[in-house]
Amino acid sequence: MRESVVYDLTNLPPHGLGTASLTWWGTLAFMLIEGTGFALSIVVYLYLMSLTPQWPLNAPPPDLLAGTVLTVLLVASLLPNILIARWAREQDLPKVRIGLIVMSLFGAAPLTPRFFEFSAMHIKWDQNAYGSIVWVMLGLHTTHILTDLIETLVLTCLMFSRHGDNPRRFGDVSDNAMYWNFVVATWLPMYVCLYWAPRL
Amino acid sequence: MDEPELDRRLTAIWSTPAGVWGTLSTVDHKTIGRRYIVTAFIFLALGGMLALAMRLQLSQPEARFIGPDRYNQIFTMHGTNMMFLFAVPVMEAVAVYLVPLMVGTRNIAFPRLNAFSYWIYLAGGMLLWIAFAVDAGPDAGWFAYVPLSGPEYAAGKRADIWAQMITFTEVSALAVAVEIVVTVFKQRAPGMSLDRIPLFVWSMLVTSFLVILAMPAIMIASTALILDRLVGTHFFNPAEGGDVLLWQHLFWFFGHPEVYIIFLPAVGMVSTIVATFTRRPVFGYLAMVMALIATGVLAFGLWVHHMFVAGLPRLGESFFTASSMVIAIPAGLQIFCWLATMWAGRPVFKTPFLFVIGFVVIFVIGGLTGVMVASVPFDTQVHDTYFVVAHFHYVLVGGAVFPLLGAIYYWFPKMTGRMMSETLGRWIFSLIFTGFNLTFFPMHILGLQGMPRRIYTYQPEMPWSGVNMFISLSAVILAAGFLLFFIDVIRSAKSGSAAPANPWGASTLEWATASPPPSYNFGRLPVVGSLEPLSDNPETLPVATGLSVNRRELVVTSLVEALPQARESSPGNSIWPLWSALATTAMLIWSIFTPWAVVWGSIPVAITLVGWFWPKGVPEDDS
Repeated sequence: MRESVVYDLTNLPPHGLGTASLTWWGTLAFMLIEGTGFALSIVVYLYLMSLTPQWPLNAPPPDLLAGTVLTVLLVASLLPNILIARWAREQDLPKVRIGLIVMSLFGAAPLTPRFFEFSAMHIKWDQNAYGSIVWVMLGLHTTHILTDLIETLVLTCLMFSRHGDNPRRFGDVSDNAMYWNFVVATWLPMYVCLYWAPRL
Repeated sequence: MDEPELDRRLTAIWSTPAGVWGTLSTVDHKTIGRRYIVTAFIFLALGGMLALAMRLQLSQPEARFIGPDRYNQIFTMHGTNMMFLFAVPVMEAVAVYLVPLMVGTRNIAFPRLNAFSYWIYLAGGMLLWIAFAVDAGPDAGWFAYVPLSGPEYAAGKRADIWAQMITFTEVSALAVAVEIVVTVFKQRAPGMSLDRIPLFVWSMLVTSFLVILAMPAIMIASTALILDRLVGTHFFNPAEGGDVLLWQHLFWFFGHPEVYIIFLPAVGMVSTIVATFTRRPVFGYLAMVMALIATGVLAFGLWVHHMFVAGLPRLGESFFTASSMVIAIPAGLQIFCWLATMWAGRPVFKTPFLFVIGFVVIFVIGGLTGVMVASVPFDTQVHDTYFVVAHFHYVLVGGAVFPLLGAIYYWFPKMTGRMMSETLGRWIFSLIFTGFNLTFFPMHILGLQGMPRRIYTYQPEMPWSGVNMFISLSAVILAAGFLLFFIDVIRSAKSGSAAPANPWGASTLEWATASPPPSYNFGRLPVVGSLEPLSDNPETLPVATGLSVNRRELVVTSLVEALPQARESSPGNSIWPLWSALATTAMLIWSIFTPWAVVWGSIPVAITLVGWFWPKGVPEDDS
């Protein structure tokens, strides 16, 4: 059939930003998948909790220090994260580079209190169902911290390479910042669940 | 520039390299989609052979063809294969091929992820079948209830292989779901607003959200099972505060939406075929879309439907009975819209349409027995009998396989450039429709007579021998139909008559390009002005110009109105998805044997992912 040109796309920008970017939507979709996973793990925790008159099972409530320190660190990381997202939108390469170094540090910093959180639970994964679910929840969230940390480190290398000054790369940085917001957001209900539900 | 020059330039940048390198590195959604479809049908054939083996064993009481252990593996493999390796993947595979074409774009979103998802799917299927071949196939049923699949009763690695296969297939399914959602949301042709999206595409969009929200549940369940078995957690151990019903809740929270993950794509296929072969749009487009969405939402309210005999609180049972019955409303609404379309149209009884008629008949029967088993008192009587086996085969085969076969006859000309045989198609339809009903309808009777499912034999004193023999003989007719289908596919692909661009006079965008489509799909992207773009003006197609001929480029459009927002690069061929899939496969299989595999195995996975994402210095990456 014959074609009739009714639209000229030439003047569109060569890469979309924000909701006009495919990777933004891809990141959102993966957040939906992983958010569902986190939600289900909390449901499992509450379900197991509902089956027994005593919770935690054969263990005292967890110590608060490590978990609270980690929570404070994660919440504090939101400020530089917001800044780097803004700088990425503005395509300000020098500031983005600095921001990525800062966010790499903020990505690594929670791993230390996270390490102590496992022992703060006063139970091991193979002692009972309570131990199993808390270790799995902490492990699940740790996986997300590590994943985002590695991605941040790779992006840092990328932005210091010859490929860095490119709208596509700035989009990647912005998407990565959005994902870190998600990592922090998913921790807050888990913190309430793991540290305060046993104290009810 | 003129058409030949445009074709030459676009082919140079979009085509897959020839030979092994191209085969392994392609990111063309059509190549990957075709590959997925063929692989899924191979699994169908393998699963069908298992079914025949079961029917042979059950044809007579106390038969000796298969022993109980192998029979347990066979029914587990049949169910697992059909649900995880055939039904879900084949629907996603058809979408991988068709959705980009139907929304008028040049490739799927995230095409390297698409390549990765195929390799992971293939690896999961091979893991399962190789295990079966070496007598390590899973044997705890396709839904692997604990404690039967737990560490106490399922020593060895069979249950671990099943659980890890789950990880493979769900990673693959989730990846494809993400690709479909983003392709539909952001890559529709200019002008294809939400109310102009083809019904098949709507079906795949809803299905993809079901995948995204339901499949994490089975991944969590199977991961918890692996952990219970491998490192001594206690999720399902009641003695240590766990719960066996936890498995069932998580599994069926996934498992009943899975029925719709299989059914909704078929609904989209039916709508497409009905519209084309009645020469008019489906009656009640908006109602159809709302029914699809309602089905997707209600799918999550049904999971306890599968657990009525598990001893749940009465109020909970009442809720799930009500929601199980309510879902009949959107399904019924769709049936009536199709009937209204057929009634008002002028049906052309080609093979695709015959399979649609078969679907309506069989699915309605399955739906009627579905309402029966939605009732707690009735379900208590027939739970785990052959009545349920009959019900879900009517729903799944009628509701999915019949539309799928119709879809293959419908879209095969587009995918291959050749027509399938109309004569053989009618024979195939007759054999499959007759064989199916003769095989599965009598199972309702067996179930009402009390025959349990999953038994490898029965005593001659039971009144089941005659019906079982009848069923087994009928299964041969059904198998003959499928065999003839495979013959028709292979023969037609080689020497079928040439297919024009639009052999059926259809109105959706995939018929606007050649059969088979070129690597770039559309030389100039179509612009859409209605729900039936090819019917607006059969002689002229409105198009948009201005995309690059120097790099792979497509257009990003807005969510609601599909207004152009940006041009966007589409990634080129890459071997890295294969390396990532191999590294992931190695890690997952190794982790069946030791938890340390996750720690050390994740290092090559991370390395291959960096290799995948690092810019290659080509125009798609850096311009």
